[in-house]
Amino acid sequence: MENRASGQHISHLFDEEMEDIRHKVLTMGGLVQQQMEEAVKAFISSDQALAEKVMQQDEMVNNLEIEIDHDCIQVIAIRQPTAIDLRMLISVIKVITELERIGDEAARIAKMAIRLEATDYFHDQYHELNHLVEMVKGMLSGSLDSFARMDVDGVAKITRKDEKVDREYSSIIRQLITRMMEDPRNITRMLDILWTSRALERIGDHACNICEHVVYIVKGDDVRHLSQDELERKIKK
Amino acid sequence: MTEQRTHAIDMSNISKTGKSNDQVADTCIKVENLDLFYGEKQALFNVNMEIPRKQVTAYIGPSGCGKSTLLRSINRMNDLVDSARIEGKILLDGEDIYDKAVNVADLRRRVGMVFQKPNPFPKSIYENVAYGLRIQGVNDRRTLDETVEKSLRGAALWDEVKDRLQDNALGMSGGQQQRLVIARAIAIEPEVMLLDEPASALDPISTLKIEELINELKEKYTIVIVTHNMQQAARVSDYTAFMYMGELIEFGATNELFTNPTKKQTEDYITGRYG
Repeated sequence: MENRASGQHISHLFDEEMEDIRHKVLTMGGLVQQQMEEAVKAFISSDQALAEKVMQQDEMVNNLEIEIDHDCIQVIAIRQPTAIDLRMLISVIKVITELERIGDEAARIAKMAIRLEATDYFHDQYHELNHLVEMVKGMLSGSLDSFARMDVDGVAKITRKDEKVDREYSSIIRQLITRMMEDPRNITRMLDILWTSRALERIGDHACNICEHVVYIVKGDDVRHLSQDELERKIKK
Repeated sequence: MTEQRTHAIDMSNISKTGKSNDQVADTCIKVENLDLFYGEKQALFNVNMEIPRKQVTAYIGPSGCGKSTLLRSINRMNDLVDSARIEGKILLDGEDIYDKAVNVADLRRRVGMVFQKPNPFPKSIYENVAYGLRIQGVNDRRTLDETVEKSLRGAALWDEVKDRLQDNALGMSGGQQQRLVIARAIAIEPEVMLLDEPASALDPISTLKIEELINELKEKYTIVIVTHNMQQAARVSDYTAFMYMGELIEFGATNELFTNPTKKQTEDYITGRYG
């Protein structure tokens, strides 16, 4: 199945166009991955310069989204793709929307880092987030890997993580509420952590969506809105 | 070849993927273990399929894959080729059309055919359409008038030619000629229409008119079409059969076949990859 989504057409130009699109999606994926990691870092260490950088990068991500969309539309109009080519192009259009939103979430985290810098901060106290960050990072890189390799084997593992992320998110909320009740002076900081957790949880959801699009490209099965069990059954089929 | 592959339409899929949910896809033509030879050379290998009634079924595949041969065997056009020999059966409404008792002229009245190049007779538009009835001995003016109008309307040509029915058909455009030939075919009210590349010699607008017409014709007729234009197959047909080197590789609902084919060979062909 490898590279099936781009190579081996009788028309070499068609191959090149598909490969070019694939390449740009991966570039965009790399960018948002970096954006997310740096945003979290900027938030935890209150690094304003880094946060600024994350926000600037968002523009690159947005431009790539427009460019890839345009490329896909061109190929559809000119080549009238079918089967795996058509599934690939339609899914790319959706995958880049997910990536762009991940970029937005990262920018949101960066914005909070900048705002926090102006207030009192205790940057060693953001450890609540660590576990969540690690899980979401793994999901995002896993989903980008499945896209790069057009491989659905790892998909179930990633989507299963989403349930853990949701649980982790709920438990962070409970902790934050407790702290807020303990001392109302904590509220501002706790809310920032809350919004950041929320952004991370959303990034995890987007990563799952990317995985579902990859399953559609490779298998032709639409696995959106399924339970984890149904999803695993479809992937095995 | 011991493996017996029957390409019957899975009814459970139709409501989800077929274009016509409400129509019951009963079988009009059933092809059973069909082998066809031109002299020593085998052109069709053990073809099994059920062509649903009042639906459009398209054959696609590379040149020389046997799709035209298969189409022609449905009204016994291959009888005209001396070296052609057939094994297996083709059942039309349950009757074997290769049975000795079958009158070939009757069969071709039930199974009409339209070819790639429009072939109107060098007669008036009116006489072209009336021809089938005349050779059946119908000469009543009113019956002929009615049938000519009905058939030309059926072929979406009436409005363009109603004021010049006595003009020579050869003066019409290619697209009009092709629709005239279709009108001639439906004048004798066949059950099945076989279309062999009906739009490949036409410009894009005439092609779209023919495609629109095919969509209307399926209300009344079972249509089987051979086309090299895959997008055309995707647009006009309810079911698509992919053939390769004399074998039927895949047969299924068109929507499904063009988005998610089950066989790799089908996918390679429809996406334009090396086989």
